[in-house]
Amino acid sequence: MTVRVETQPFDIGAETNAFAAACDGAGAIVTFTGIVRDVSGGLIAMEIEHYPGMTERALTAIRDEAVTRWSLGGALIIHRYGRLAPGEQIMMVATAAPHRADAFAAAEFLMDFLKSRAPFWKKEITAVGATWVDSKRSDEDALQRWQGADSSKG
Amino acid sequence: MIDVVYFAWVRERIGLPRERVETSATSVAGLIEELTAREDRYAAAFADLSALRVALDQELGSFDSSLAGVREVAFFPPMTGG
Repeated sequence: MTVRVETQPFDIGAETNAFAAACDGAGAIVTFTGIVRDVSGGLIAMEIEHYPGMTERALTAIRDEAVTRWSLGGALIIHRYGRLAPGEQIMMVATAAPHRADAFAAAEFLMDFLKSRAPFWKKEITAVGATWVDSKRSDEDALQRWQGADSSKG
Repeated sequence: MIDVVYFAWVRERIGLPRERVETSATSVAGLIEELTAREDRYAAAFADLSALRVALDQELGSFDSSLAGVREVAFFPPMTGG
């Protein structure tokens, strides 16, 4: 499965090895893992809500676009939801390509789209209450560089 | 009849995750107008449309999108994945 939306923790090493084995012949594999971090201190947990059905559709579309755009040997997206503690993994992406430039670019592309086009919402739980995490203008701006002309060679 | 689903603070403000709505609205904007007229909690949720996004049958849409043939409309704040 190249797109997974699930509650349970995943093993980065095992996932990367399985992905690499399935992308036989790739010269470069890039992985990115997002971790719950306690920015302001006092974070008890991060609750991640998603839109079942639309999430899988959106992630599959983003993944398929990356594979086409960079002629990838493979691409993997795992995103968790539910209640996560600081230090836990939230998500990972992996990309495989003949050369590293395409693998890095495709991984960045996946991350930029995941941030503001995949239907997930984060809520920070602290001792004083719970707050929905606001979207960032910079995340929306990050999409701009992938618009328009094919930038796969950029 | 149309299924309307809410996520994140929109869900919390309205107080339910999903409902079936009898509507004569032909656009998303029309549906929002009908819901807003119902009760204060809807008016509160839809007070600032710039803070909301909409999906029609699980594809992102806009407030002037038509509801023709649409089975499910979702309202939620800007997404924060990754």
